[in-house]
Amino acid sequence: MGVTLTRSLQWTASGHGTRTLEATPLNDGILEEIILFVDTFLYEHPREAKFVFVEPLGWKTSLEPSAFGAGYVISEKTVTSEEVDKNGEPLLVLSGPHIRIRSFGQLSRLLHIAKDTKLRETRACLEANRDPVVKILGLDYNTTKGEDFSALSILGERSNDNDSEPERPMTVARLLRQLDVHLLNHALRHVSSEMPLNPSAIKNDIELLKHHAGKGEQAVLESIEYTSDYEFSNGCRAPPWRQIYGEICYVLVRPHGAEALCITCSTQGVFLNGGKTDDEREINYERKGKIYKDLVTLLREKSPTFAENMATQENKHNEEQQKQKSPPDEVPNKEAAAARAAPAKSALEKNQINFSRGTARRLQPSLNWRKPPDSKEHRSSVKDTLEEKHGAKLERPRASLSTGKAHRKSTDKIEEIISESSSESEEDEEPPDHRQEANADLPSEYWQIQKLVKYLKGGNQTATVIALCSMRDFNLAQETCQLAIRDVGGLEVLINLLDTDEVKCKIGSLKILKEISHNPQIRRNIVDLGGLPIMVNILDSSNKNLKCLAAETIANVAKFRRARQAVRKHGGITKLVALLDCGQISLEPPQPSLYETRDVEVARCGAQALWSCSKSYSNKEAIRKAGGIPLLARLMKTSHEDMLIPVVGTLQECASEENYRAAIRAERIIENLVKNLNSENEQLQEHCAMAIYQCAEDEETRDLVRLHGGLKPLASLLTKTDNKMRLAAVTGAIWKCSISKENVTKFREYKAIETLVGLLTDQPEEVLVNVVGALGECCQEYENRILVRKCGGIQPLVNLLVGINQALLVNVTKAVGACAVEPESMMIIDRLDGVRLLWSLLKNPHPDVKASAAWALCPCIENAKDAGEMVRSFVGGLELVVNLLKSDNKEVLASVCAAITNIAKDQENLAVITDHGVVPLLSKLANTNNDKLRRHLAEAISRCCMWGRNRVAFGEHKAVAPLVRYLKSEDTNVHRATAQALYQLSEDADNCITMHENGAVKLLLDMVGSPDQDLQEAAAGCISNIRRLALATEKARYI
Amino acid sequence: MNRKKLQKLTDTLTKNCKHFNTYEVNCLVSLFYTLVGDVAERPGAVVGLDRNAFRNILHMTFGMTDDMIMDRVFRGFDKDNDGCINVAEWINGLSVFLRGSLEEKMKYCFEVFDLNGDGFISKEEMFHMLKNSLLKQPSEEDPDEGIKDLVEITLKKMDYDHDGKLSFTDYEEAVREEILLLEAFGPCLPDPKRQVEFETQVFKDSHEFNYDI
Repeated sequence: MGVTLTRSLQWTASGHGTRTLEATPLNDGILEEIILFVDTFLYEHPREAKFVFVEPLGWKTSLEPSAFGAGYVISEKTVTSEEVDKNGEPLLVLSGPHIRIRSFGQLSRLLHIAKDTKLRETRACLEANRDPVVKILGLDYNTTKGEDFSALSILGERSNDNDSEPERPMTVARLLRQLDVHLLNHALRHVSSEMPLNPSAIKNDIELLKHHAGKGEQAVLESIEYTSDYEFSNGCRAPPWRQIYGEICYVLVRPHGAEALCITCSTQGVFLNGGKTDDEREINYERKGKIYKDLVTLLREKSPTFAENMATQENKHNEEQQKQKSPPDEVPNKEAAAARAAPAKSALEKNQINFSRGTARRLQPSLNWRKPPDSKEHRSSVKDTLEEKHGAKLERPRASLSTGKAHRKSTDKIEEIISESSSESEEDEEPPDHRQEANADLPSEYWQIQKLVKYLKGGNQTATVIALCSMRDFNLAQETCQLAIRDVGGLEVLINLLDTDEVKCKIGSLKILKEISHNPQIRRNIVDLGGLPIMVNILDSSNKNLKCLAAETIANVAKFRRARQAVRKHGGITKLVALLDCGQISLEPPQPSLYETRDVEVARCGAQALWSCSKSYSNKEAIRKAGGIPLLARLMKTSHEDMLIPVVGTLQECASEENYRAAIRAERIIENLVKNLNSENEQLQEHCAMAIYQCAEDEETRDLVRLHGGLKPLASLLTKTDNKMRLAAVTGAIWKCSISKENVTKFREYKAIETLVGLLTDQPEEVLVNVVGALGECCQEYENRILVRKCGGIQPLVNLLVGINQALLVNVTKAVGACAVEPESMMIIDRLDGVRLLWSLLKNPHPDVKASAAWALCPCIENAKDAGEMVRSFVGGLELVVNLLKSDNKEVLASVCAAITNIAKDQENLAVITDHGVVPLLSKLANTNNDKLRRHLAEAISRCCMWGRNRVAFGEHKAVAPLVRYLKSEDTNVHRATAQALYQLSEDADNCITMHENGAVKLLLDMVGSPDQDLQEAAAGCISNIRRLALATEKARYI
Repeated sequence: MNRKKLQKLTDTLTKNCKHFNTYEVNCLVSLFYTLVGDVAERPGAVVGLDRNAFRNILHMTFGMTDDMIMDRVFRGFDKDNDGCINVAEWINGLSVFLRGSLEEKMKYCFEVFDLNGDGFISKEEMFHMLKNSLLKQPSEEDPDEGIKDLVEITLKKMDYDHDGKLSFTDYEEAVREEILLLEAFGPCLPDPKRQVEFETQVFKDSHEFNYDI
């Protein structure tokens, strides 16, 4: 019984005064079991019922003396039992409200007398006697408390003194023990049957209720809101000191037609609390009502309107709840569950850890687990849409950082997405921060490092330098040492040293920081400890060695977003750019000091740091604004590979921005990039090729590369396939360069196309994407198409159509499409079932792939033998194409229109797509301003007019009037297609009227004068149809 | 001192000194006489800076604080061990002190640290030089334990031949690997900032150099 009483019963938390038992379901259950035990004691164990307690159990009773009957001596205020112990003392004494009982028999009788107030009496008894077992059996028992058999043996000794009733205390003890076990089991059953609430479940409930709250008749509530906006990382909103009681959050609910309720949601259940206190800031946390199993149950009880409306909403509610129970909830759930499972105290600790580590921990794992393979593209596409929304002002979201932390989290994320360029590596994601377990086996280095850190802390300059030098003898590249330095508080000291005046200490400290900052966790810690601003300041130092070390350390630390941001915000970019200038201004002091280093070295370190920083968009801008490009251009002229690699690396990162590319052209950097392609250093070659890849987006640059003789080295690098990184960069450069026709001719000269075809197999995706892209560009020319076919390039290309890499698919479809222009190649593609593969890519989720596949289908259909039959053989294929007209991506729409134009050349297929409703869908698109779409749409419309009453249908769906407006476009391609469409449509009289009303005649008359014959003809035909109709009507009128 | 004599002195000194040019030697010589005071009237007396005057300069101008090290620096300057730094010693000493090559400085520092001049820096000497380098923690039973440990750490780092003491070879090798160990046992070279201040002031116009002695 003792164990249950101390461990299972839930006592109120209030610190002062006597603690009382809470009225929870668990407590009530236990009390009832105890009552049952005591109640039946008299009958079941009549002998033990006479056992006299060592000390009486006393409490304040609510029973009146009058309630007692036979067997008691009753006076006005007191009652004594007739039953007495050996010494003649009564076993029950009641005086005033105080009652003292010394046997189970009397307890049992008392409960009989108490009848309805049994529960109250038992509760009062337990509250007043926190350790009833001791009082019943004596202190001997207490010394061996709870732990049974030894206790029984002691009792055995006791009973020997008491010969008359030898067995009794022992049996009583055994009985109590049985009761205890019974009660524990009971409590356990109770606990396990009750599914405790967790933050996410409550959140779901509240979100749902919010959904259904409002003013209307149907709304279940008027409003429901949290009392606090801030949500801790474990999902709770209660302050930490309340979370240890299992409280999760507090909500303010206004039901219809009732007063507002302030409700506490805790793991044990949901209950009303004391409401907001007078000053409106604090909540009276004390419980004021029953505990309900969840929010809905409580509200049902409290608000009749709620119960009523809830019933109607129930179905909907259930449905939604089902939906809400999707996997993403699992992660926080688990964490919350873990926190709850631990005892309250450690739960508090855990929460605190959670606070200090911020949000990263919770967000990051999901990035790693759930990101689909195309995460990068996805991110950049998100970026694109955001950029559109925010226009040029990318930094704007930060301005709205005023409200609430939770809010900030999301804005931060947006900022992260838009401020980072796509060149960021995966390594960027914040890794989980696992500190060493305190009691884990620590390596010997740990203790040695701890000692050294002690000397760092408590030593003067001399001792500090010795300790720093000694610390460098450890293998700082090893994670154990890196983390040991951090865990013994070394990082703080090292960073503090940077703030001193002692040059030697700073140098020593930076030398260590430089090494250990290769570790991603340490980087984060350095940033958290505010190390970056100090290092940025050191960049101003007059000591070049210091500058170098600081820049190199920054280069290591600035490998993630927050760090790069910190460098920028503290003016680091400007200072780093200034370092680049060191090599030029020869303000050499008359004699170099001992701890000094060379200027070139300073510039190199500066470039190294800028390279790291240049992975953020804003930093690229900052570098440009600080005048970094001319300096980088100047450094490009050196021949030190050590220098060139970071310089080219920086340029290559930055070249993703248009204004950089312009500057790179202007600074004549391309020339040097090309020159360094011939370098011996593979890394340098890679970065040069990468930079060309980025820059060759612009036509002028592509020409420059050719003029400086860059194509030949690129082509020759193509044959060196061992270094995949370099190969990817080189193929990328070739791809972009081959967008220009002249370059393609050169590449053919250098036999690059054959090599490219050879690279279509057994290469990593990064390489494949570029190779296929290059082939796609090359195959725009007849000779190259032949070449690719002869080299056997079609088969591997078609094989790549089954991939999943989206960038690769876009390029492959383009290349296959380019090849399909050649009927002979088309035969091969058809034989390899390439068209079916292309067709199935129309189902790809990404619009770029869809569009590219649809474009590729056009030449396929055009050049395939029995194209109509082939198209029909794809089950559901035509329906799929028609449905793509519902897309909202212009490129997809244009490509699909083009495909439809080709499909519709076959009458039978045209009939099928008409059945699938192609006419209304095309008509719906007519109101577009996009010339590319207009052209292909007009072509599709003119094709589709060839079937049945489609001409009329286009008129009915109001496609004609917008088409007339196309004639005002600037693009002659649009004019031609539109005139042809109008000519087709003008076969229907109503359409002629619409055209005439929209002023088509005048526009068409202009077109008749066009040098384009097709356009002339179509325009003239259309006019003649309109005219003929007019004549016919006139004739009709006069007849 | 007449000008001719001064000129001659400067010339000889310049010839023997590789780090200063004539102008600089001239400035330093004038500074020396300013510091010493006019001694022309007392021929025969030892002309030079005594230990206290020199320590004062080290402290005030170059920011040195460690008495023992300053004593050793004085001994380093005072080549002839007469307890007084004459003008030649002054120039030659400063030449290493301010402009010395790494080799010269290593030699100079080693001499400073080799307290008894036996060619080795022993554990005892290290202990002696490092004894004030750690903050005393009252809680520790043996306040010297940290120092002893520090000496062991230093030996481990620098004693290449493992004979329990530092020879010049040990020291040289350690410094070449890690320049920070040049002044391993205490600052005996000028602080770079102070050095720059000193040089700009002296070589601009030594007569305006205001010396508080």
